[in-house]
Amino acid sequence: MTEIIEKHMTEKQHPMASPAYQQWRLLKDKLAAYGVRGGGLGVIVAIVLIFFYLLYVVYPLFVTPSAEPVKTYSVPALESGKTVFLSMEEQNEIGARFTDTGHIVFFRIADGQPIKEDVIPLAENQIITSFNHGRLDKGVFAYGLSDGSVIVVKTYYKVTYPNDVRLITPEIQFPLGKQPIQLDSEANPLTRLTLRLGEDESTIIAATADGRLMMSRFMREESLFSDEGSFERTNTALDIDASQIAFMLLDKEQRDLYLANRNGDMRVFDLSNKEAARLIDKQQVVNEGEISAMEFLNGELSVLMGDTKGLLSQWSLVRDEHNHRSFELIRSFKVSDHPIIQISPEQRRKGVMVADDSGVIAIYHTTAERELIKRTLPTAASMLSLSPRANAFVAQTIDGKIRFWHVDNEHPEVSWKSIWGKVWYESYPKPEYIWQSSSSSNDFEPKYSLTPLLFGTLKAAFYAMLLAVPLALMGAAYTAYFMAPEMRKLVKPTVEIMEALPTVILGFLAGLWLAPFVELHLLFIFSIFIIVPLAVLGFSWCWQYLPKTLRQSIPAGWEAAILVPVIILATWFAFLISPVFESWFFDGDIKMWMNTNFGIGYDQRNALVVGIAMGFAVIPTIFSIAEDAIFSVPKHLTVGSLALGATPWQTMIRVVLLTASPGIFSAVMIGLGRAVGETMIVLMATGNTPVMDLSIFQGMRTLAANIAVEMPEAELDSTHYRVLFLAALVLFVFTFVFNTLAELVRQNLRNKYSSL
Amino acid sequence: MKNWFKSGTPWVWLNAGAISICLIMVIGLVVLIAARGMVHFWPVNIYQIQYQDDKGEKTIVGEWVDTVILSAAQAKEAGYPILNNADHLEQRLIKTGNRDLTGRDFLWIDAQYLKNEKKPEDLIKIERREWGNFYGRLKAVKENGKIIAEGDEAYPEVLPRIDRARDLYEQIEHLQKKEIGSINYALERLRLKQRRLELEGALDEHARQEITREKAEYQQSYQKIRTQIAKLNQAIMRDSLVAETGDGQTAEIPLKKVVNLTRPNAMNIGQKMAEYLRQLYAFVTEDPREANTEGGIFPAIFGTILMVMVMAVLVTPFGVIAAVYMREYAKQGFITRVIRIAVNNLAGVPSIVYGVFGLGFFVYFIGGNIDDLFYPEAAPAPVFGTPGLLWASLTLALLTLPVVIVSTEEGLSRIPKSVREGSLALGATKLETLWRIVLPMSRPAMMTGLILAVARAAGEVAPLMLVGVVKLAPTLPLDGNYPFLHLERKFMHLGFHIYDVGFQSPNVEAARPLVYATSLLLIMVIIGLNLFAINVRNSLRERYKALDN
Repeated sequence: MTEIIEKHMTEKQHPMASPAYQQWRLLKDKLAAYGVRGGGLGVIVAIVLIFFYLLYVVYPLFVTPSAEPVKTYSVPALESGKTVFLSMEEQNEIGARFTDTGHIVFFRIADGQPIKEDVIPLAENQIITSFNHGRLDKGVFAYGLSDGSVIVVKTYYKVTYPNDVRLITPEIQFPLGKQPIQLDSEANPLTRLTLRLGEDESTIIAATADGRLMMSRFMREESLFSDEGSFERTNTALDIDASQIAFMLLDKEQRDLYLANRNGDMRVFDLSNKEAARLIDKQQVVNEGEISAMEFLNGELSVLMGDTKGLLSQWSLVRDEHNHRSFELIRSFKVSDHPIIQISPEQRRKGVMVADDSGVIAIYHTTAERELIKRTLPTAASMLSLSPRANAFVAQTIDGKIRFWHVDNEHPEVSWKSIWGKVWYESYPKPEYIWQSSSSSNDFEPKYSLTPLLFGTLKAAFYAMLLAVPLALMGAAYTAYFMAPEMRKLVKPTVEIMEALPTVILGFLAGLWLAPFVELHLLFIFSIFIIVPLAVLGFSWCWQYLPKTLRQSIPAGWEAAILVPVIILATWFAFLISPVFESWFFDGDIKMWMNTNFGIGYDQRNALVVGIAMGFAVIPTIFSIAEDAIFSVPKHLTVGSLALGATPWQTMIRVVLLTASPGIFSAVMIGLGRAVGETMIVLMATGNTPVMDLSIFQGMRTLAANIAVEMPEAELDSTHYRVLFLAALVLFVFTFVFNTLAELVRQNLRNKYSSL
Repeated sequence: MKNWFKSGTPWVWLNAGAISICLIMVIGLVVLIAARGMVHFWPVNIYQIQYQDDKGEKTIVGEWVDTVILSAAQAKEAGYPILNNADHLEQRLIKTGNRDLTGRDFLWIDAQYLKNEKKPEDLIKIERREWGNFYGRLKAVKENGKIIAEGDEAYPEVLPRIDRARDLYEQIEHLQKKEIGSINYALERLRLKQRRLELEGALDEHARQEITREKAEYQQSYQKIRTQIAKLNQAIMRDSLVAETGDGQTAEIPLKKVVNLTRPNAMNIGQKMAEYLRQLYAFVTEDPREANTEGGIFPAIFGTILMVMVMAVLVTPFGVIAAVYMREYAKQGFITRVIRIAVNNLAGVPSIVYGVFGLGFFVYFIGGNIDDLFYPEAAPAPVFGTPGLLWASLTLALLTLPVVIVSTEEGLSRIPKSVREGSLALGATKLETLWRIVLPMSRPAMMTGLILAVARAAGEVAPLMLVGVVKLAPTLPLDGNYPFLHLERKFMHLGFHIYDVGFQSPNVEAARPLVYATSLLLIMVIIGLNLFAINVRNSLRERYKALDN
């Protein structure tokens, strides 16, 4: 019998009943389980990925920079004289050694092989008595000679691509002519000099051996016939005692002249008047020891000074409110206890490299107040040159070697202090929080303080919550507890639609319709906040005295619907009455009245407008969650309370709200998270100026809006790009904390309800 | 009174007031946008007004746009003189057009200097391809420089000629954009092909000849089209019209530049209605003109829809799988708690952070690597390593993932256990139960989630600004050139269009009605989608309630 059945089954087996098929079914089932599990966990992966990717981009900002030696070799062409200056070309391929005999030795940086040697054309009786450089990024150098004349040279690196391979050929040029320029008619040797070449105007200033200060200005004269315009030259003897001067700097505007003695007497002169120099300030810049090195910081707005005690300090001319400039100490770095022998500023950022006479070399960033690299060379350095891109340096050491190092220092501008703290920026009267990121010029000091943006974010969120929290929570309490179910069915979708409204439309209305409206009817807006609640209270007072038939014709729980016309009327009344009040109490114009009486300024796109627009956007978020929490308070709690004789309102306050308070808390948290991260409304409804001003009538710039404005133009992997990612990370962490907190609270609340 | 307060009634009323205020705000906002957006297309009357201030008398022709009433103090502060000690100053904005002649489109005038206003029937409004509208009177129609109709005869004469010019213009546009565009596209592909062969070292003589031959073919058809265009251009330049502005200047306008000529003052209500519908149709179907401040928004609608569709394809499977895992597979416990927290965080992370992530991770990291691997021939120009449609869709898919998850999950949770148990009891595997029973039943819930996600994505702007939206895309991301769907292209988007035209355009005043109209369209789409989703969800709830019983 069983055989028959088996036979029957195997013979007439349905194809789907075959064991292979059954296995295939089970396999599919198993595979699907894995797939679904993967998909489910993918959600966690997504959020973790976002966090870690943001972190991954931000991380290089906080990496400690590194430097490592690449090659050491003997000083090339040693017979050409002692080194007075070293320089490097942008690609770190070719270096130049300027010697005290007027030779310029170009050598390959990789191995020290001399490539080319040029000599300054000197007459028999001329010897070099002084040397200085102009702007480093322009490659300008000048020799002062024993007969009171000056020769200006410029190194120029020609880049060609024969056979698609880069070839750099060094050349020297004489931008002011090959003939020495006679600065001192009395032919005294020039002991110190400084110079700046400009497009149209150039200046050379030199101190003579007998203590006079000579200035020569060159104005380019347009020539119709040749590109080589000629120069008109004016010589002036400045009325300044130059006998003690050891250091001399002229800024790129050829206006401010900085003169210092070894013992620290610093004088700053204004040369804008061509005839006479005006003393701006005089300062003692070292307390103990002597000045041992002095250079401009890139941008030439600050002077860097190194002293014999190993202190590097940054000084700058600071303008006070009377437009008077004084020379002040901005910040200083302790390098070592040994004299600083050379300062080599970066040419594109506000960084600086220094060397002392014990072999310590260090790189600092002034704005970030950060010591980036500190190393000790085997022997003390005598000469130092940081490359134009600041990714390498060469140092000549006293044992006659040149040491070539690589530097990895991508983001020196960022430190905890430069991002969150007050920083004293150049040309600012005092330390401040400033966000100002982009500028086309290399000389610009980027200001990456996120504090004003964070402040703006919190300010916008605060005003939005000020409007949203009371409206949303009160509305939620009423909707969940008092409202008739029929009306609730209408209200809930309306609020959902309110939540779905694109913020770009809210922002557009806020910026183009609300902001001008508020500006014109400021008092009306404020009067609404008083008149409407009063009208509601007044109406409810009158309601109880209305005839019973009328009252009973409207079922309970429809109060909100009756109030709609009341509120519209009250608003209209406020609109009518506010101009009258304005002319009675505020001289007809409340903005002017505030300004004259309290000095409160008014910005058209301000926090009030943002508060209203963003409050509108946040209300539905808070409302939905809070309403949900209040509505799901178990019925037996409320019924019990009412049965014990409590009024509905007492039940609401003492029982319902108390039970639902964790849910309400999480609603507010999530609303806050939304307000903090909202982009389009603030972008469109504020002026986006990163000011730190609590006033409700001033604008702000938020983190989110800042990202939206600046991200598209930030260069990939630049400091700016990474700082914007940092801003995004801050937003992420901020909202992550709020959301997680809110969700945990809600989960606990749900458990509590289900156990009740 | 004290008892009344003690009873708590006033507080209940106040709470009721809060929700009333919210309702008033939502409805007021929608009504405001609807009112402002809908009037944009209505052919309003053109007024001719006499205006006399201390500088003398002049005639102004234009449309009333706006009125602002300043109190006396405000006017004084702004420096406007007030006549006759009036307690307020009424300022009116009139759209005068004729920007090529006067240098501006709008004029603020003080109502107190207004002498009279008329609306003669012969005033015309010309929409032009450049310089905005023209307001004035039609004087003559010219053909090849010779006047063929003047005065009253000019108007009936000019209309068919405008139709002809418009027709020719469309032909030229078609040739220039479609035909030449596709030739350029083919040439670019040839160049890339050549470069690719070069990089692979496979560019032999044969291939080279083949490419040269193809290039020559394209060049030939290009020349053919050029001559065609030249011919059409000659034809379109035939006619022109002469018109006079309100203050008596005459201007000759070639019909090539005319989009539309109307006499709104002479229209009856039916004609106005027809004109309104025509304008509305043009708005939805035409390309923008004059830096997006005029013309239609078709590319923005198209871009939005396409982006949302690609996003829907990406987000639905992931969202559904995640929801299925949480409801059907995972044990309720720690893991589901963590997932729920993750979902909530995905929903709560600011959208701009998604934009930053999309730009860094999708565009630069993934896109850059795709370029290196698959498109070496295009270097240094990026293909996928630059913001584009795919990355925008992917970013928004991530952003809307929680919406789909939450909604699907809700649907799954409402399916009665008995249904699943029945299926399992009959021997179905878990997958079969899921695939045949559970998922089909929860289809409306998924649909709800998808619709809500679409509505959210259609309105989202901030992340898109970083990952692929542009103010003016030269080509649509979907066209007749192989491979038809160009996921790497940048696209236009309604929400961004609102931001860009409202805030970045040089002529905000002129563009404002357009922004309202665009907002209205967007808001209608989003409200429509949401209402639909809400309805689907509600009917679903009812159905499952019935099943439960």
